[in-house]
Amino acid sequence: MRYLSGVVTLELDEEKCVGCGLCLTVCPHEVFSLKNGRAIIKDRDACMECGACAVNCPVEAVTVQAGVGCAAGLINAALGRQVTSCSCSAEIRDMSTHGLTIEQTGATRSKAGCC
Amino acid sequence: METAPTFRPLPMASADLPGPVEITLPSLDQPFVGGSVESSAGQIPLVSSSLKFKDHWGTFKARWGVDRMNYTVEPGLYALGRPDSQSPVLVTANYKLSFDHLRSALPGRNAWILVLDTKGVNVWCAAGKGTFGTAELVRRIESSGLDRIVEHRQLILPQLSAPGLAPHKVKRLSGFEVKYGPIRAKDLPAFLDSGGRATPAMRRKIFPLWERIVLIPVELVAALKKGLLVAVALFLLGGLGGPAGFWSNALGFGLFAVVALAAAIVVGAVLTPILLPWLPGRPFSVKGLHPGLLMALVLLLIKGPNLAVWPGRLEFLGWLLLIPAASAYLAMNFTGASTFTSLSGVKKEMRLALPCQIAAGAVGLGLWLSSRFLA
Repeated sequence: MRYLSGVVTLELDEEKCVGCGLCLTVCPHEVFSLKNGRAIIKDRDACMECGACAVNCPVEAVTVQAGVGCAAGLINAALGRQVTSCSCSAEIRDMSTHGLTIEQTGATRSKAGCC
Repeated sequence: METAPTFRPLPMASADLPGPVEITLPSLDQPFVGGSVESSAGQIPLVSSSLKFKDHWGTFKARWGVDRMNYTVEPGLYALGRPDSQSPVLVTANYKLSFDHLRSALPGRNAWILVLDTKGVNVWCAAGKGTFGTAELVRRIESSGLDRIVEHRQLILPQLSAPGLAPHKVKRLSGFEVKYGPIRAKDLPAFLDSGGRATPAMRRKIFPLWERIVLIPVELVAALKKGLLVAVALFLLGGLGGPAGFWSNALGFGLFAVVALAAAIVVGAVLTPILLPWLPGRPFSVKGLHPGLLMALVLLLIKGPNLAVWPGRLEFLGWLLLIPAASAYLAMNFTGASTFTSLSGVKKEMRLALPCQIAAGAVGLGLWLSSRFLA
């Protein structure tokens, strides 16, 4: 199953990469692969912007505007509604600043097992 | 890559991390605890890999959204089987469903289970929020006295906890090495037996039929709660206009409206998730549109409005817009339950789909009401 093409914010600075391969390990959609001892983006459109690669990268070579792709959450946030039906009030995290800024949007996450 | 070139603080304020921590152990007085294991840190609650009726019943209720936010276990260290100082340490969230999932995947195994305080939210969602994160993990390692209980310095974490974790920081702050286990708990025995090697299939998040099905109840309950008010409104609106009396109209046209709404909910919140991979289009709203149109045509065929006159034509068109609009909207809401939609993608989808759904809904309602007053 694939979602929309050409939309994700994932970026990889191949110069910074030290080839540890952790992004390959944590990615649930096989977005990365290793080539000549460095990570490359093999399948960008498979990215769901969960942010695992960016947070786990020890040298900040990966950046992505991580967040939860949840329409109900975005609608609730736009209406300024506090979400009670879904356990996961999520947020958009700007990984370009190492996940330091957590911008509350009130979007909901209901990934498998959650809701 | 052990040490990063520059100092980087934790995702959460370092002030959150306490200094020397008191050892706190989970209560032995929890229904699923079947005894305790003596350790240098105290009495560690013992749990079994076999789930009881009460656990299954709890899972069922949580799936239907009943008191789901309070379906928790106390955070801290638990013993599965008869673990010793060499046994693996598995980390999970304090949502009871996550905890049960983990232990039931490990029959006949000895392991320590370290439960993080994720406020009753599952691993993946909590990692996205950061509650299943570096700071909480480091804190829980300390407060459980883990370094006195095991001799090794390795933790096995679910792969889907990765959005919340920076392993190099965990290592620096706690001395423990993070090893990512498989995505699914059921792959843990194979992972452990192979000395911690995960196959590519264990690292891939798929969204099979059964996983989609178990997510339906919660979506359905949410849709029905909102739908109930709309149903009452539609029933009463159906009574307006027309040559017959109010209640006669309501029982004819109003009741059909309620049936149409229920059908739209079934299409959007039940059929679309089930048929997800096979429905045409990538945006979820488009996926929900097709079966919605089909359902509308089937219902209208049964109702059979008189297309020779304007009221019948308007009614026909009205429902042809209303049902697909509702099913597309509900299908779009399933993006949050899916395992592969990106935030950027959902935003793009909504920019076009939401105005269309609102417009179709408004025009459809207008046409239907007009048909009643022209009749």
